[in-house]
Amino acid sequence: MNKYPLKKIRDDFPILSSKINNHNLVYFDNAATTQKPKSVIDSISNYYKNYNANIHRGIHTLAEKATEEFEQTRSLIKNFIGASSTKEIIFTRGTTEGLNLISSSLAKFHLKEGDEIIISEMEHHSNIVPWQMIANSNKLTLKVIEVSKEGEINIDHFKSLITDKTKLVSLVYISNTLGTINPVQNIIKICSQHNIISVIDGAQSSAHKKINVKSLNCDFYVFSAHKMYGPTGVGVVFGKEKILEKMPPYMGGGEMIKDVSFSKTSYNDLPYKFEAGTPNIGDVIGFKEAIKYIEDIGIENIESHEISLKKYAEKALNNIDGIKIVGTAKNKIGIFSFITKNVHYYDLGLLLDAKGIALRTGHHCTQPLMDKFDLDGTARLSLAIYNTTDEIDYFVDSLIKLMKR
Amino acid sequence: MTTTQTQNDIVEDFKVLEEDFEMTLNYLMEIGEKMDDYDEELKSDDNLVKGCQSKVWLSHELKGGKIFFSGDSNTSITKGLLSLLIKIFSGQTPEDILNTKLYFINKTGLCRFIGTQRSNGLEAMENKFKIIALSNK
Ligand SMILES: Cc1ncc(COP(=O)(O)O)c(C=O)c1O
Repeated sequence: MNKYPLKKIRDDFPILSSKINNHNLVYFDNAATTQKPKSVIDSISNYYKNYNANIHRGIHTLAEKATEEFEQTRSLIKNFIGASSTKEIIFTRGTTEGLNLISSSLAKFHLKEGDEIIISEMEHHSNIVPWQMIANSNKLTLKVIEVSKEGEINIDHFKSLITDKTKLVSLVYISNTLGTINPVQNIIKICSQHNIISVIDGAQSSAHKKINVKSLNCDFYVFSAHKMYGPTGVGVVFGKEKILEKMPPYMGGGEMIKDVSFSKTSYNDLPYKFEAGTPNIGDVIGFKEAIKYIEDIGIENIESHEISLKKYAEKALNNIDGIKIVGTAKNKIGIFSFITKNVHYYDLGLLLDAKGIALRTGHHCTQPLMDKFDLDGTARLSLAIYNTTDEIDYFVDSLIKLMKR
Repeated sequence: MTTTQTQNDIVEDFKVLEEDFEMTLNYLMEIGEKMDDYDEELKSDDNLVKGCQSKVWLSHELKGGKIFFSGDSNTSITKGLLSLLIKIFSGQTPEDILNTKLYFINKTGLCRFIGTQRSNGLEAMENKFKIIALSNK
């Protein structure tokens, strides 16, 4: 990252210079949400200060400007993930809403009694519960791919679950608990050979890996802005146009209609058919700056910095006696779930917080996975672009001291 | 000793910690460690306090109209908090327990460290003491 030295990147994030409990903040909770650069924060306040207006329906100058900025985000995202058209980019509140949109819409026309859906043991609750809900209402069967003790998907088991009733597979690209990078290319290929709809939960992948939905060839790809340096309350569903065309709307209301009368309503074109009501305009505009930020540095540069950080952290953690890393897949990103022999993760979280270190403790919204590993929770460190080896050293030092108590 | 006296004592004890987060946590862990051993058999679902991130068990005995509590937790910091609540409520009548307002949290600076999501556990613990008191009235 020669053009963007780490020092400069850290300066872009105002929060990173704050003190927490009299220590410099060390932010290792990036899988929950990343911090936001100044450009994102400023663009949101700039929208409210200078061109706040409702979009699409207005003809006045402010409405034009807001609409243009909003739609620019859509184009930028289309390019960022390599979609074919902005019709394939639907704004939501986040990954969770995206998965609910897909599941409830497909439940209305595609998924019928007796059909089968496949997910995996490492899914986030938001990629489990929506499918369970439609499985209950539509009498579908939910099947679950096994995960190995290292935290890897068992591909053979996946293949064995496929029958001629399998209609959909929904899988996480990168596990928020284990850090595992799943072989989604392979899975999607198998899906398309069997005419199975593929849904990829990209919540953890979009800020850390180059994404191209065309080369992945998935039918759906879902993600949240707040995990990629953007604001909360914005997410995206990418869907292939030919499937989205056939799908019924998720919610009814303004914006998603062409004509409304009491006898018949006709729906708007894509992507607006799926965007009922006034969207989160300010934050969508802020999201544009987050994408620009990532693109300015270059996702390849981000990836290589994060890989070296991951290796550094992995080595340091492995050198600590009495610590067990949960999730040791060969192909993983800088997410480390761990437990220690003598300190409960809950105590650990508080004690590290007292030293200014923010990490997450608990089940990370993956209770079935925790059950699988016979745990009720872990502490989790998750890295991002602005983290440094010094921070990892400080964390490891603090951890060792706490464990010696 | 009334619950007010015990709370005042706790507030006094915490003064040396100068509202330092780390020292407070260490102190809580220390007092937790000093608690009497809790019978493994008492770690039943009935005695489990629901709504805490960590596991907390609380049981009681009634002697001469007064309730005596014992308990345990699987995490050290929560165990320290629990030990404070036991110190306050143990040996009191059900009425006194029900009439007690816990103010020591605010006066010790503990509230600053035990933010909203963390205090859920504390609230759940307090409720359990009061439910036990109510059912023994
Ligand atoms: C893998 C994964 N899927 C889905 C989600 C849900 O995302 P959101 O809460 O932004 O809707 C998360 C966020 O924690 C996640 O890590």
